[in-house]
Amino acid sequence: MSILLELEDIQFSYPGQPPVLRGASLGLAAGERVALVGPNGSGKSTLLRIALGLLRPARGTIRAFGETRQREADFVDLRRRIGLVFQDPDDQLFCPTVAEDIAFGPLNLGHSRAEALRMVDQVLDQLALGHLRDRITHHLSGGEKRLVTLATVLVMRPDVLLLDEPTNALDPENEERLLAILQALPQAILLVSHDPGFRARLVQREERLVNGQVSGNSGGT
Amino acid sequence: MAGRARGAAPLRQVDPRARIVSALAFAVVVTGLSTLGALALAMAAALLALGCSGLPAARTLKRMAMMDGFIIFMLLILPFSTPGTPALTLPFGVVATVEGFRLAVEIGLTANAVILMLMALVGTMEPVMLGHALARLRVPRALVHLLLFTVRYIEVLRAEYARSRVAMRARAFRPGSNRHTWVSLGHLIGMMLVRALERSERILQAMKCRGFTGRIPLLDDFSWQATDRRFCALFGLGLLALVALEVALVHLA
Ligand SMILES: Nc1ncnc2c1ncn2[C@@H]1O[C@H](COP(=O)(O)OP(=O)(O)O)[C@@H](O)[C@H]1O
Ligand SMILES: [Mg+2]
Repeated sequence: MSILLELEDIQFSYPGQPPVLRGASLGLAAGERVALVGPNGSGKSTLLRIALGLLRPARGTIRAFGETRQREADFVDLRRRIGLVFQDPDDQLFCPTVAEDIAFGPLNLGHSRAEALRMVDQVLDQLALGHLRDRITHHLSGGEKRLVTLATVLVMRPDVLLLDEPTNALDPENEERLLAILQALPQAILLVSHDPGFRARLVQREERLVNGQVSGNSGGT
Repeated sequence: MAGRARGAAPLRQVDPRARIVSALAFAVVVTGLSTLGALALAMAAALLALGCSGLPAARTLKRMAMMDGFIIFMLLILPFSTPGTPALTLPFGVVATVEGFRLAVEIGLTANAVILMLMALVGTMEPVMLGHALARLRVPRALVHLLLFTVRYIEVLRAEYARSRVAMRARAFRPGSNRHTWVSLGHLIGMMLVRALERSERILQAMKCRGFTGRIPLLDDFSWQATDRRFCALFGLGLLALVALEVALVHLA
């Protein structure tokens, strides 16, 4: 299997604070589904942001799709191929309407309006969310927001999905639905989740982030 | 985003852009009027628009009266503060003048006609649709983004504020005029600012993840139709009639 994303020896600290990551390494191969677990505040979200070049590590290398990524320009193309679903949907949905929010990515990629709208309808169909198409984003419920954020990322057709606590604010029914959607996706997935049941049913491998370092152990199914 | 609501009140079926521009033109023309006859006609036109807007008349007029609350003192004082022919003498030698009454009525009619027309034409739009229409009218992008972001996040901020206040109350916080209250509220506001700043950074990150380059593409299905042309022609004729009446009345006087 080819390695899609590889973080090596990442060191990072927020300004004026002790280091969050002290030599963390993590790899994700094509088609693989991996969980990243660790206590609150251990730096899981931080690591995902670093993988996308949203934060720059003090030390360490980021390789994705066979290339080392360092400068902002390297990450522009990477962000298109690796989709991040943020922990808080309100951070991600900023457009007035659901359709506009989902179309935002495709339009940025240079697709025409008609193409973008077709992609919107396609992804809404895929997730069975067609009824939300023209809704105003801030009127959605927490669970609806979560599923729409997934749509905004999937519509970019990424090769890798990074999911930051996607089951937050989901009721059991929507959680079940999300699980079914994710299980059917061909993309490699890196999942951050505190829910052991959810992890067990989605991932093949678990990595543990403790004291700023990642230590692997196999688990789940 | 549907630009027009089918089967709704007649005015809501007009293109939002036409409604915004018409309301602006109405405001410009009416503030230029000075004869009471023309102003009365303008007021009548605004009431007619209200009737065609599908807004609940009673509630809208009440909102208009609230606006009047801001200028009522000025309107009450004008008759007494404007020099001219005495019309009414109150005890203690306070004199109201004809010119003063006229001016008060003129200002009252102008303000109410403009506000009413604005509510009937623009007040019926969802803020989001207003943003789209402004963008299509080539209002600077930064301003439109500001409006849309405000619409999007004001509710998030309000909910955050409400949660913090509940959390404070849950710990037996009772506001009073004392140092503890001011310090606590200061912390609350400070925290909200910090959180808003951090959220804005996360939003920018999320936008970058989706290839943001400084432009937010807007999707709308505004389309200029025969109804809109008719509405604009009719509205333009109405404005011309107002100006003609004004000119005629000024010449008669
Ligand atoms: N923007 C920030 N500025 C300063 N410190 C931060 C910021 N974001 C997170 N942190 C701190 O970094 C640590 C790791 O945070 P995070 O990556 O969000 O953890 P996790 O997602 O594993 O819960 C925490 O101690 C947190 O307080
Ligand atoms: Mg986190």
